[in-house]
Amino acid sequence: MGEDSAPLLSVVEVSKTFGGIAAVSGVSLTVNAGESIGLVGPNGAGKTTLFNCICGQLRPENGRVELEGSDLLGLPTFKRARMGISRTYQRIEVFPDMTVWDHLMVAVRARACTGRLWKDLLNRSSVTDEEHERVASVLDLVGIADRAQTPVSALGLGLCRLVELARALVSEPVLLLADEPSSGLDVHETRELAQVLRKLQRERGMAMLLVEHDLGMVGEVVDRTVVMNLGVVIADGTFDEVMSDANVRHAYLGVSA
Amino acid sequence: MEHFLGFAIPGVPYGCTYAIVAVGLVLTYQATGVFNFAYGAQAYTSAFLFTWMVQNEGLPVWLSFVLSVVVLGPGLGLAFDRFLFRHIANTNTTAKLVTGIALFVGIPSVLAVIFGSANQYNPPSILFNPDTVYFRVAGTPINGIYVTTVVLTVVILVALVALMRFTNLGLQMRGAVESRRLIQLDGVNASRVVASAWAISGLMAGLAGVLLAPQYAQLQSSDYAALMVAAFAAAAWALLRSMPIAALVGILMGVASTVLAGYLPASSVWSSASLTSLPFIVLIAALLLLPGLRSLGRDKDPLSSVDPPTPPSVAALRAPQIDRIVRVGWYVILAGFVVSMLTWLPTTWENVFNAGLVYSIVFLSITLITGMGGQLSLAQATLAGVGAYTAAQLANHFGLGLLLGGLVGAVAAAAVATVLAFASVRLRGLGLALLTIAAALFFDNTVFPQLNSSNGQSVGIEPKWVPFGILHPNGHAFFITAMIVLLVCIAGVQLVRRGTTGRFLGAMRGSETAAAGLGINLTWQHIVVFALSGLVAGIGGTMLSIQQQQVNPALFSYQISLVFVVVVVTTGANTVEGALQAGFGFVILQQLLTYVPSRLGGNSLVVVFFAFGALTYAAHPEGILEYQKRRWTLATQNLIFRPVDHGAGPSGGPLLGAVGGGGPAAMVNGTSLEAGGSPVVTDKVTDHG
Repeated sequence: MGEDSAPLLSVVEVSKTFGGIAAVSGVSLTVNAGESIGLVGPNGAGKTTLFNCICGQLRPENGRVELEGSDLLGLPTFKRARMGISRTYQRIEVFPDMTVWDHLMVAVRARACTGRLWKDLLNRSSVTDEEHERVASVLDLVGIADRAQTPVSALGLGLCRLVELARALVSEPVLLLADEPSSGLDVHETRELAQVLRKLQRERGMAMLLVEHDLGMVGEVVDRTVVMNLGVVIADGTFDEVMSDANVRHAYLGVSA
Repeated sequence: MEHFLGFAIPGVPYGCTYAIVAVGLVLTYQATGVFNFAYGAQAYTSAFLFTWMVQNEGLPVWLSFVLSVVVLGPGLGLAFDRFLFRHIANTNTTAKLVTGIALFVGIPSVLAVIFGSANQYNPPSILFNPDTVYFRVAGTPINGIYVTTVVLTVVILVALVALMRFTNLGLQMRGAVESRRLIQLDGVNASRVVASAWAISGLMAGLAGVLLAPQYAQLQSSDYAALMVAAFAAAAWALLRSMPIAALVGILMGVASTVLAGYLPASSVWSSASLTSLPFIVLIAALLLLPGLRSLGRDKDPLSSVDPPTPPSVAALRAPQIDRIVRVGWYVILAGFVVSMLTWLPTTWENVFNAGLVYSIVFLSITLITGMGGQLSLAQATLAGVGAYTAAQLANHFGLGLLLGGLVGAVAAAAVATVLAFASVRLRGLGLALLTIAAALFFDNTVFPQLNSSNGQSVGIEPKWVPFGILHPNGHAFFITAMIVLLVCIAGVQLVRRGTTGRFLGAMRGSETAAAGLGINLTWQHIVVFALSGLVAGIGGTMLSIQQQQVNPALFSYQISLVFVVVVVTTGANTVEGALQAGFGFVILQQLLTYVPSRLGGNSLVVVFFAFGALTYAAHPEGILEYQKRRWTLATQNLIFRPVDHGAGPSGGPLLGAVGGGGPAAMVNGTSLEAGGSPVVTDKVTDHG
């Protein structure tokens, strides 16, 4: 990282405890614009907690979170989302009464902050051609265009993950936080997903933090890998570097060095 | 000090009954995850039958006690479990609440239907003679009621704490509240644990009922509602977790209410107001101050995602052809209705339908808040009352016409709703329901009585307040006005539903986490839906008052709010159609029952009818009427269109026979409708029941 370019996201010494147990303690992390980082570690390492601190679902006790140099910590989740942070969830969070298409429309409108009550009451909130185009292109990209009008309650877990991903992407984030996007997908689907993520990142210049247990996918997608264990970062470097790190092998794979 | 004790000691027996009910609520909640709204009704049932057996049938007190408390109390609890709550253990908080509310509203009405609506007087005491003074404390005579209440309260609380702390059953009960499905996986017979909890809490309800009864000269279900709110407050301060705290707060509240009443000047407004408002001030304080209550009503069952999804609406299922027929049918009915109202309908029925129109407006406010906002508000009648009283005050003091005043009133109702929304920003589900019912009781007891006419009765609507002869009984002006107002409200609701706000609310209903993560301001949406709902309710309230020609506090009480909820969830809270069906169904049923001999219960039967309807809410959250319409629509479509794809298998899974070649296809629960083509019905819709 050069001194001249400020990082897109910087997490500085963030700590969060739950009832005395430190889920995340003093974690620092930077993500540059357009960079893709894999965040790996065993269950309970604090990856999702870190995500929640970045998005605002949790408030850390210590530390700073900054996006493009501006402090995020006082801001509620929805404001951070409007600044361009999108995420997917480890335990899927979809809107069961809605179709796939509506999920993406909600995201488009929420990001654009165009939800005005008076527009609704004057019947000025129908879908514009531009919005239509945007939703359709993302559905195509993720490969679920044929499911557009399906209610998500009729979809399986794997497809719901893709809906979440599409919903996150349609708001054209500067930073995507993907929390285990491949769990529930089969090998074939996982590979397709990896290609989509790679392509997106290249084409749109989107930065990404990827939490993933499928190390094959991580190796394929990310520029840099950060390993966490028991709330602290234990390694940071290229995928191959960290995978050969003795600490990592011990913590993650249970293999003694 | 003597003074203080003289005021405090009479409060102890009230406090004891609050304590028993509060502890019973905590017990049921701990063991079953159900906040038992019907608890007051259980207590009332035991008290009612106890008094009836002693006074009307001349049975000995001990036998009546055994039958009404020892047998009926646990029996009722077990019946609730066996026939209702067991089947909805894994549904969301709203469904459990609605079931409890339906019982709370329905049971006193059932008793009125069975035993007649005559009041029961002078309920007897169980153990000690109420007329004997046993001893004096600080100069205060202690009679049999005190002794009985205190002794039995101590016995039952000690027994209960021992059960929960020291027995295996108690441990299992505490596990059951986390997830019934999880402890079942651990090999515990969850059903038996939960049933025991229901039986014990039922016994306590019965006991509290007969203990409270002799403290009033006359047995009234409304006293048991007040008991419930006091118990809610105590249970809330205990975070629905700690039985000793619940008991302590209950007793303190009983004492505080008599002490306050003693020290405040007897004639002042504040004396009567503070006495009746104490429980809900305590409840509101708990909801606002205790962060632990914020998580109540958020579903935390780790296996909750196993539940089936909500079925699609009838409108979404209809084939294009049928849809066209239904639409045309609606317009024909509308035209026929308007023409009939203007020409041949007798005045009686014109009035009934006029009432139907205005109730539909009020019910639209429930469509907004419950159907679209996904929140259960128990103060909709109160908001309607705020609109009506504001309009009447403006007319009375400033000579403002009711139509214009009604708009101002609607804005006032929206403002009150906004305050409620601010107060409840972090509350959902149960917390929100409790806050709104506390607000409703506050208005009933403290605000509305101040606004009534000097004799404390309802305010009559004067003809000069209303233009165009709307008040004239034989004209059609009211009908035309109500029709226009209703259509404007429907248009507004539909526009909001289809617009961005509707989408955002839909997202919030589905997942607040994800909605916030997309950039939706949850607080703002929460306030918007409350304000809109208040606005519509306020408009409906003024229209209702004009239709009734008076602003009657009985139309805006919290009981009416509960009845409204029960009525609307029966016909469907999610659609405008549901609100219309509720409005007309409610008044037409009332009118039809005037032709039935009044000894059969009269208006109580209407409540019983809808209470039964609302009991099905958990199985059919879209409304039992909506559910039946879906069944019939599908059956009809099956008859008309040739069913294809017989090999789809019994599941009729939506993914089977999924998407045909090209073009977007709408698929809903077993029925896939290809765009532009004829519908393909793969199987009957599976019941989510």
